Amino acid sequence: MSTYPGTCPLTQQQLVDTYFMEHRTKVLDLAAYLDRMERSIDRNAEADFRVVALRRALQELSSPEPGRVQRIQMLLSDPTLEPMLQRDQQNAFGAFGRRDQEVQE
Amino acid sequence: MKYIDIHAHMVSRTTDDYQQMALTGCVAVTEPAFWAGYDRTSAAAFADYFRHLTEFESQRAAKYGIDHYTWLCLNPKEGEDRALAHEVLNIIPQFLDHPTVLGIGEIGLNRVTRNELATFTDHVDLAMQHRQLIHIHTPHLEDKYKGTKVIVDTLAADSRIEPARVMVDHVEEHTIEMVLAQGFWAGITLYPMTKVSPGRAIDLIEIYGSERVCVASACDWGPSEPIAVPHFIFEMRRRGHPDRLIHKIVYENPVEFLSQSPKFHIRQEQADAVLY
Ligand SMILES: [Zn+2]
Repeated sequence: MSTYPGTCPLTQQQLVDTYFMEHRTKVLDLAAYLDRMERSIDRNAEADFRVVALRRALQELSSPEPGRVQRIQMLLSDPTLEPMLQRDQQNAFGAFGRRDQEVQE
Repeated sequence: MKYIDIHAHMVSRTTDDYQQMALTGCVAVTEPAFWAGYDRTSAAAFADYFRHLTEFESQRAAKYGIDHYTWLCLNPKEGEDRALAHEVLNIIPQFLDHPTVLGIGEIGLNRVTRNELATFTDHVDLAMQHRQLIHIHTPHLEDKYKGTKVIVDTLAADSRIEPARVMVDHVEEHTIEMVLAQGFWAGITLYPMTKVSPGRAIDLIEIYGSERVCVASACDWGPSEPIAVPHFIFEMRRRGHPDRLIHKIVYENPVEFLSQSPKFHIRQEQADAVLY
């Protein structure tokens, strides 16, 4: 995975000065969301496929390797290529695995 | 800066939105046929919708100095119903000669089912029979990679397809490369929740370049931003990009793609308007 060096015209210092604050907020939002899940009145979705995918994505965030966004996109994707026999519902879920989970249950 | 929004579902927006778009430099929109939020029950409902797109909507846009063009199809969210798809495919040709119809779209896949794929290829056949441009919707979220791959592979195997006459929309980090590599145009949708932020759209352009790339709001009846393209322009400037490059992406590129339809024209006063 190439790092595409030099493709962003801003210096790192400019990226920090301009964008640090909005990304600081995003990290705190994620942290608070995870805490909120633990404080929930009923911890009944610890293994929900979306929560599992989110935790895997968070691990990917701390990877030192560039290409984090592509890898997280693929973590959240259906990797198969075979069309479904019939539509299950109109909307996607945001992460892949619900059908696997149903089979296991 | 003047711009063209190549993907906006204006039937779902108010005239206030047209005003905002006009005030921020929009000179033209192209509106692909879309899902109403519920499945339509008959081909007659589609005929009414196509009349809305070709007649009423262009008049409404004109009041704000915006040229309105459209694309027709039965959208991927309704593609599962093969019987309805056949009926709608039969009525589309009677609208294709309308002066604001640029082609067939937004066709594609939603949950990536066999029926959706069959309805998609039926629309491709129709576009080929009538030599129409094609505008493609790729699925969202976990379905995007799979759906985009199936669409790209299907079109690449079809010798009738001229990739430069096809816009594959809603590309993201994991799909843009395969779309551009096959010679298609890539559309980046600026959508607050489910698609791409202006910041990530700019990342894609920095990495993959500005050839055969367009950005659009894809504003519809859901949470979306009709002036997403001006937000992109603002963010491009903040990211240190020159106006010449921004102008290429938000104006020259759409003109290049859309001008492949003989019906698409930029009026002289728009062409003469101050470049940036
Ligand atoms: Zn759309």
